[in-house]
Amino acid sequence: MEVPILKQGEVLIATFQAALSDADLNHLRMGLVRQVVKFRSRAVIVDVTAMDVMDSFASRTLREIAHMIRLRGAETVIVGIQPEVAFAMVQLGLTLEGVATALDLEEGLAYLNEKFKTTN
Amino acid sequence: MSKREVTLGTRSNPRAEIVRSEAPSELLRELVAHLRQNRTQLREEWVVRITETRLLTAMTKEEIFAEATSVYDSYVEALETEAFEALQAYARNLSERIIPRGVETHEVVGIVLLLRDVLARSLFAKYQTDFKKLNRILDAYEPAANRIANTVAVGFVQERERVIRQQQEAIRELSTPVLQVRERLLILPIIGVIDPQRARQLTEQLLRGIRTNRAKVVVIDITGVAAMDVTVANHLVQTVEASRLLGATVIVTGLSPEIAQTLVTIGVDLGKMNTVGDLQGGIEQAERLLGYKVVTLAESR
Repeated sequence: MEVPILKQGEVLIATFQAALSDADLNHLRMGLVRQVVKFRSRAVIVDVTAMDVMDSFASRTLREIAHMIRLRGAETVIVGIQPEVAFAMVQLGLTLEGVATALDLEEGLAYLNEKFKTTN
Repeated sequence: MSKREVTLGTRSNPRAEIVRSEAPSELLRELVAHLRQNRTQLREEWVVRITETRLLTAMTKEEIFAEATSVYDSYVEALETEAFEALQAYARNLSERIIPRGVETHEVVGIVLLLRDVLARSLFAKYQTDFKKLNRILDAYEPAANRIANTVAVGFVQERERVIRQQQEAIRELSTPVLQVRERLLILPIIGVIDPQRARQLTEQLLRGIRTNRAKVVVIDITGVAAMDVTVANHLVQTVEASRLLGATVIVTGLSPEIAQTLVTIGVDLGKMNTVGDLQGGIEQAERLLGYKVVTLAESR
């Protein structure tokens, strides 16, 4: 199952679905990292609202996406982590340090707008 | 030699076996008739024994007497019918009434055992001339009496446990309020001892609260927590990190010196922890983060 990557102004948005295989995740990662420069995007939002469980591969991929995007000159915001998932991730030591997080897509966009305003 | 011991141990000689297996219900009936006949006297003796041994000090003499009467009657009835359901229900009902009065488990077990002994004594007195019959009567009486004592004690303990569970739940619900102080600002005042279970519940409620209130900043105030073990301290740090994953910043306020010591000992990464001395300071910082500024009316004019 391929994850669509949406372009919204200066931001790319990708939404995780519940049942993503490891191959899908790898595919998404490469897609995002390629397109962020192609569209000259300033930020990427990854929405994980639909994920009730997050395995170690998925959260490692999230962190890798964030770090690779930074190397490509943009910022990543992870949005919509479920409360149960958040605590499970922390207990597994997957705290996504250095990656911005927000409650949901709306919050993520608001956070980025605020940030773009101050850096412009 | 060993064979003899076995026969002695089980107290069975073939003739007695036959007699006993024929008659237990009849014996019980005889027994119950005797207990009914001497109801007043035995009951009073029992009450005297209860007062002598200083049981049920939480109740007045009249109450003890009234309760003793109904217990005595239910006891005899249970002996007669061997229907323990009624007794069980009675025991539960009794426990419900006397637990709030502060009656202890040892008292309940004590009074039931006293009644058993008082009744057994009266049987000894009645059948002292006929030793064989006494033996058979006791064979019928003892198992039934023990079962009654068991039923009442278990009923009492179960009722107590039920009450304790209920109270624990009530305390737990009361003790973890997640409050909204301002739009997007929650406070979580924690008071008392935090055990791992309560810590888990706090985390759950906080994360859910962040989601439902769309909070951006949370102030966790632990002024009311005197000490914290390493497990709970770790849990607190994890809660802070999990809240960040939901996009909320956590400010911890009111850390006591002891807790500060614990956090330093477990080597918490203080870069992740946003701490302020007291609740007021915490709320002020939260307001700054949210872009609020509190000014007096005079200043704003």
